[in-house]
Amino acid sequence: MIEAATTALAAIATPEHFMFLCAGVILGLAVGIFPGLGGIAGMSILLPFLYGMDPISALGMLIGLVAVIPTSDTFTSVLMGIPGSSASQATVLDGFPMAKKGEGARALSAAFAASLYGGLIGALVLTLFVLVARPVILAFATPELFMLALLGLSMVGVLAGKSLAKGIVACGLGLLLGSVGGAPATGEFRMNFGIDYLIDGVPLVVVGLAIFAVPEIVDLLRNQGAISDTPRLGKGWRQGVKDVWQNKWLATRCAGIGCLVGALPGLGGSVVDWIAYGHVLQTTKDRENFGKGDVRGVIAPESANNAKEGGGLIPTVLFGIPGSGSMAVFLGGLLLIGIDTGVNMVGEDLDKTYVIIWSLAIANVVGAAACIILARPIAALTTIRYVYLAPFMIMVITFAAFQATRDWGDIAALFLIGLFAIYMKRFGWPRPPLLIGFVLADPAETNLYQAVQFYDGFGWMLRPGVLIILVATVLSVWFGARYAQKAHGTGDITTGSGQSENLRPQIVFAFILLLVFVFGLYDAMDKNFLGKVFPMTTAIVMLAFVGYALVTLLRGKKDSAVAYDTEADQAEGPDRAASAEHFVLWFAGLVAVTYLVGFFLAMAAFFLAFLHFKAEAKPLRNIILTASALAFLAGLGHILTLNFPGGLLQNAFDLPYPFN
Amino acid sequence: MKRLLAFAFTALAVTGLAQTPARAVDFTGKNIEWIIPFGPGGGSAAWAQFLAPQLAQALPGKPNIVIKYVPGGGSTKGANLFAARAKPDGLTILGTSGSTQFPYLLGDKRVQYEYKDWNVVMGSPTGGVFYVSPKLGLKGPQDMKMLKGKSVKYASQSPTALDLVPLLALEMMGLPTKAVFGMKSRGAGRLAFERGEVNVDYQTSSAYIKNVTPLVKEGKAVPLWSWGILDDKGELARDPTFPDIPHWAEAYEMMHGKKPRGPAMQAYKAFVAAGFGMQKMLFLPKGTPKDIVDAYRAAAKQVVTAPDFAKKAKKVLGDYKQVVAKEAEAGLKTAITVSPKSKEWVRDWLTKRYKVKF
Repeated sequence: MIEAATTALAAIATPEHFMFLCAGVILGLAVGIFPGLGGIAGMSILLPFLYGMDPISALGMLIGLVAVIPTSDTFTSVLMGIPGSSASQATVLDGFPMAKKGEGARALSAAFAASLYGGLIGALVLTLFVLVARPVILAFATPELFMLALLGLSMVGVLAGKSLAKGIVACGLGLLLGSVGGAPATGEFRMNFGIDYLIDGVPLVVVGLAIFAVPEIVDLLRNQGAISDTPRLGKGWRQGVKDVWQNKWLATRCAGIGCLVGALPGLGGSVVDWIAYGHVLQTTKDRENFGKGDVRGVIAPESANNAKEGGGLIPTVLFGIPGSGSMAVFLGGLLLIGIDTGVNMVGEDLDKTYVIIWSLAIANVVGAAACIILARPIAALTTIRYVYLAPFMIMVITFAAFQATRDWGDIAALFLIGLFAIYMKRFGWPRPPLLIGFVLADPAETNLYQAVQFYDGFGWMLRPGVLIILVATVLSVWFGARYAQKAHGTGDITTGSGQSENLRPQIVFAFILLLVFVFGLYDAMDKNFLGKVFPMTTAIVMLAFVGYALVTLLRGKKDSAVAYDTEADQAEGPDRAASAEHFVLWFAGLVAVTYLVGFFLAMAAFFLAFLHFKAEAKPLRNIILTASALAFLAGLGHILTLNFPGGLLQNAFDLPYPFN
Repeated sequence: MKRLLAFAFTALAVTGLAQTPARAVDFTGKNIEWIIPFGPGGGSAAWAQFLAPQLAQALPGKPNIVIKYVPGGGSTKGANLFAARAKPDGLTILGTSGSTQFPYLLGDKRVQYEYKDWNVVMGSPTGGVFYVSPKLGLKGPQDMKMLKGKSVKYASQSPTALDLVPLLALEMMGLPTKAVFGMKSRGAGRLAFERGEVNVDYQTSSAYIKNVTPLVKEGKAVPLWSWGILDDKGELARDPTFPDIPHWAEAYEMMHGKKPRGPAMQAYKAFVAAGFGMQKMLFLPKGTPKDIVDAYRAAAKQVVTAPDFAKKAKKVLGDYKQVVAKEAEAGLKTAITVSPKSKEWVRDWLTKRYKVKF
């Protein structure tokens, strides 16, 4: 080990390696700052250049890119409320409220410091862990992975907010949404309405953007003004770093969690930030401020998601089995530069493994430094009047969403799920549990089914690993229940008490939810047993909880934890520009026009109309803003060699770039 | 700040709009999406990852080739997606494997694609090695007799996938077999084997060489047989990549003292030929203009005839001759033709044994 370590250090210490590493970091930053692009896009740009490069330099470049993505994706999560990637969804919950309070600077510096710290701790843990990683990873068999999925689902307890029943239903919605598409055991298509797009299931990026970004954009538009309440950015830079230092044990624990969960293939790294967020909620006493801008809610997911990347490297290099999309491309990169993955990486090639791990640590430092330099100018965006920012934000999220599968369906799904999320927010159905359910639907279903088959029934329930995770799950549920009883707002609760006289709107929404689960049940009916058992069970359990919520509402219990509506009784006040539905229609218009004339032209029309009618911009200003946005879009598409989704017009005629 | 942003926008605009559309076959600056209907980590992934950069270099305009993994439905999901969505512009290509061919040959109702519609660019033959856990007590093929009556568990993608061959082989040997379906890739099956959740597994040649040979050296896996290849007379022969490992019919003989025969053996040979003879194929979608097809075929030929290709390929693809151009079209024909008798026999067996509805 010592010998491998010295060889690795000598390889890393060359200026050439460092240079390529920095190049990777810069590329990663440029890509990662845009929501939804992240690792896979960056890697794909990089791969063709790697062919024939010197392995150590190529490795530096690859690692630089991987390392910086979970740092740079924080910008939009904190400043705009748009999750930059699936790794920083939980950061939105507290980071964005901080930005709204004018503490954007503090939130960002805490996030970067936590990323840096988490990345370093991750590298430290990995240096030792890699030596024993193979048996540890092999010890996590399908039963343990299933139990870990359950543990993740138990986080719903703390993320549910006021009403546990509503949290569970939201999670059930996620589970159902996650089981759309081919069933893992039988390959049958579930709930796809005969639509080709849904054969794949709905992409995670689309769901994440739809449930967090869309309602946020609509809300900000209605409030008028800028994102930040105060025109100044606040000092807070040093405070953010201090915050991390004061919570270093929390950050250390979360980094450990990130490492471990990231290292387990088959669970999916996208849930790491939520587990960390749930962890901080469960282990702190004063939780009143979570969801309203508590800096610990930023530190926990950010320290975990950087450590996760390191963890994710382990199954990739040791087993040749990548845990995420970006790791899959990373694996391709390793193959190209002639690094054989497998047991050899802890044997004769241990030095290469150390080059990878320590490059990751160095890249984390470089990446965090670069982000801090960039933070100030980027944070200034939060002081711009939102009505000017909104079309750009809508452009960015639709662009990001359709990167998922580059299908018009991505944009339609973004709109429909976003619409749903707007009402979930209004009626106090918490959205984080939906995302957890969505992410864990497949690991839970697949691993349970396979565990039952591999171990001939339920004998696996007595495996020590299963019991340990079971205890952790029970504890998590217990903490969660205690937390729910305290009934403090979390995650989703906006302003106001949420009590209202008129219950009708929320009754209608609860009824729609009921119909969704009835449909899930109906759709499952004609499937094979193994294809239907999961969605069917979910639907039946959820029908009970929705039924409970609906009955409570129908009885007119206005003060129950279930009843919640931010605006049923409010008339259109002077502080509200227009109804949510008004902006939904704008968005619907964009989707429809995209279907007709394609994304690029639709965006142009949307910008001109929105800036004219909503921002009341002067024609010259309008044209300049629209032109720069479109130029930016065309440039980005060109650099990333991506095409925009076409519409009926593009089907009929061949148009030149970027109108195709 | 605003001025800086505006400058950046303009700069991007100039580079973006100066690009003129190309008319001849030229993929300059294009992203080509290569759909692999499996998860990353299996044989098809390794195959695509190896070929993609070389193909990208050989294609006119040196485009980016991005591999997109679309696992599910025993690989029918990705192939259906390709059949439904790919435009004939050369920017979307599909890599199929035997697992994609089998459901097609068997008339699986999930199949919404037609091989005859597509344009084959190249084909890669491969083989596969079946190995078992040392816990079964065997030290190697010489102990085949000990396998009699042992119950085996196998992590499978789907009974109508390439896994049909091992399932059929185990059935003919008379071994009580439990198959667990729904693996995302053969890599996932290997992980289940390494975890001790199943006691037998097989990997296609490239994945076997890369990931299983170390296990064999450590004494954690015991190779028993390869699937074999069909020689000129249509008889089963040893796989040239694994000359020291007996082919399946040899192993059968060692176990039972006689050669396998009957309709089951005919079906075995037919599906080995279809599934492994052109195991991986690269396709362009229906209606792709001839100039694009030719450009791809020329690029593929250039790649496989490059002086150092054979040496590099041996490690990743095994010791097989890559099939391009006219030969590829002939190979495709063989690969998608199975005698009606064999087909019927296999369908009946799958329905009885694995409740597959056709």
